[in-house]
Amino acid sequence: MNMQTSVSRKIFMAFNCILLVGTALICILPFINQLAVSFSHKNAVAANQVIFWPIGFNLSAYDFILKGDAFMRALWVSIQRVAIGVPVNLLLIILTAYPLSKSKENFRFRSIYSWFFVVTILFSAGLIPTYMIVRFTGLIDSIWALVLPGALPVFSMLVVMNYMRSLPPELEEAAYVDGASHVRTLVYIILPVSTPTLATVTLFSFVAHWNSWFDGQIYMNRIQNYPLQSYLQTMVINVEAFFRNSTNVSADIARYIELVSARTSAAAQMFLAMIPILIIYPFLQKYFATGLVLGSVKG
Amino acid sequence: MRREALPPHICTNINLFAWGEIMNNSKLRRRNKNLRELPLHIMLIPAVVLVGIYSYGSMAGIGIAFQRFVPTNGLFGSEWVGLQNFQTLFTMPTFWPIIRNTVFIALSKMILHVVVPVIFALLLNEVANIGFKRSIQTFVYLPHFLSWIILAGIFKDLLSPSSGAVALLMSPLGIQIPFFLGDKFWFPITMVLTDVWKGFGFGSVIYLAALTSIDPSLYESAMIDGAGRWKQTLHITLPGIQSTIILMTVLGMANILNGGFDQIYNMYSPVVLDTGDILDTFVFRLGIESAQFALSTAAGFFKSIVSLLFIIASYYLADRTAGYRIF
Repeated sequence: MNMQTSVSRKIFMAFNCILLVGTALICILPFINQLAVSFSHKNAVAANQVIFWPIGFNLSAYDFILKGDAFMRALWVSIQRVAIGVPVNLLLIILTAYPLSKSKENFRFRSIYSWFFVVTILFSAGLIPTYMIVRFTGLIDSIWALVLPGALPVFSMLVVMNYMRSLPPELEEAAYVDGASHVRTLVYIILPVSTPTLATVTLFSFVAHWNSWFDGQIYMNRIQNYPLQSYLQTMVINVEAFFRNSTNVSADIARYIELVSARTSAAAQMFLAMIPILIIYPFLQKYFATGLVLGSVKG
Repeated sequence: MRREALPPHICTNINLFAWGEIMNNSKLRRRNKNLRELPLHIMLIPAVVLVGIYSYGSMAGIGIAFQRFVPTNGLFGSEWVGLQNFQTLFTMPTFWPIIRNTVFIALSKMILHVVVPVIFALLLNEVANIGFKRSIQTFVYLPHFLSWIILAGIFKDLLSPSSGAVALLMSPLGIQIPFFLGDKFWFPITMVLTDVWKGFGFGSVIYLAALTSIDPSLYESAMIDGAGRWKQTLHITLPGIQSTIILMTVLGMANILNGGFDQIYNMYSPVVLDTGDILDTFVFRLGIESAQFALSTAAGFFKSIVSLLFIIASYYLADRTAGYRIF
């Protein structure tokens, strides 16, 4: 009997492994395909020869994009956005999560403030009213339009707050006995022990800023101010127009037209925009399990 | 000695005696408390100001939904028309089909976003080899972190019936793939499946965490009782993660009107509007492309109100069934 179960178990395990590998392939092969397209010669792509392996390998698509002003300008806007947006998010998360992590006895206004923030995840005013207030505060075409409206990510703040609440109260009491102020307690006691959660929300905020495109599209009137993802959203049309209209062009561009098509350059741009996420991906994997579990489950 | 240095507000009952005199003086106590809490209020100022302006300030703009809004007159100069915009909206021939599309797509996503991650987590949990497990996880989590801009670009290319990789792989087998993104029947299904593709790996993380917290001794005693792998899964594993499954299902309810703007806006086309248009894309086209500010705001407000009811219901149920609270 034992033998029998182990045979059926082996069959199951083999089947399971195949299924899991298949699932993993389904997740990763679309990217391999795009990568192969981006490295291939445009004729091979147009002739439907490229699936998972580049044919007529060349880097011209990347060269073409990295030399183009539009992509680099959008990249620069995105870098600015992340450089301003992520620290602003983190600062506001810390400054909000710490007071709200206090017990009701130690901070009587805790629930009022908590509800003030939580209401914003329960109810949003919608597209046009939000646009109007951004316009009203004069942020149109400014990098701050991409930072200030979402300056406090309430979900991340709740994650950090719940983490701080789970810390043993003795930590703070000891600090208080020694005469430490709230600021000192926060900086020297609470923040050092909260680093895993803070790392999680920082990564999440990075991903959110890097990936958002809609605000860029509606708050920026001029395309020069578009961050990378907003630019990519409109770019497919632009690149196609570029290749269509390029009948008499300089020798420099003609060299690209020889090798690059709208499809190969689109694939290359897509892949270039993925790179920052791929760089932080190992860290994301390390930390995201902490960030997923929002809120607290009463024991 | 040290105990006497404690301030009143963190005194335990024992300290009350030591501080009896001061504790009795409630005025001083309150002043101390206010003083002690002052820095906490100051810390909250930046967030309160920004959230106040951008989240609460924008709520004033909902007024537009009840106006015959003229941008040059502004919110205070436009004529109030009561519920007329809502009347127009609800009698638009496209409105109810859009609600139907939205609910169909959102509901399918809600169900599959629970079912697929649970099955995947169960299968992955059977794997003993840590290295193999980790590599599978590395691949399946990746799409979650990429934007729909990138993924829509990839899918448009991939699913093209003439030159996409899927068509190229299928043609030697004699299979002709449908135009997934350009066919009224296939479009909503493609939206649901690609969204599940993006999120199932990441969605399984929470179930994998719940699986590790099941007491291994339960399996041992089940084995002694002669329960096979299947019986163990049915009677130990599933009940072990049941509360997590219920919690995630209940929280998912809040998305009843979230068809997925980023995804659909970047993949749809006029051909598939009949089945693919959702409330968010409708609000966008109405507001930004057609400049129908009042109607767009009314549609957005309708969505916010319905969503609010579902969010409250889902949080209430989450609290009742799993003891879950967001704060």
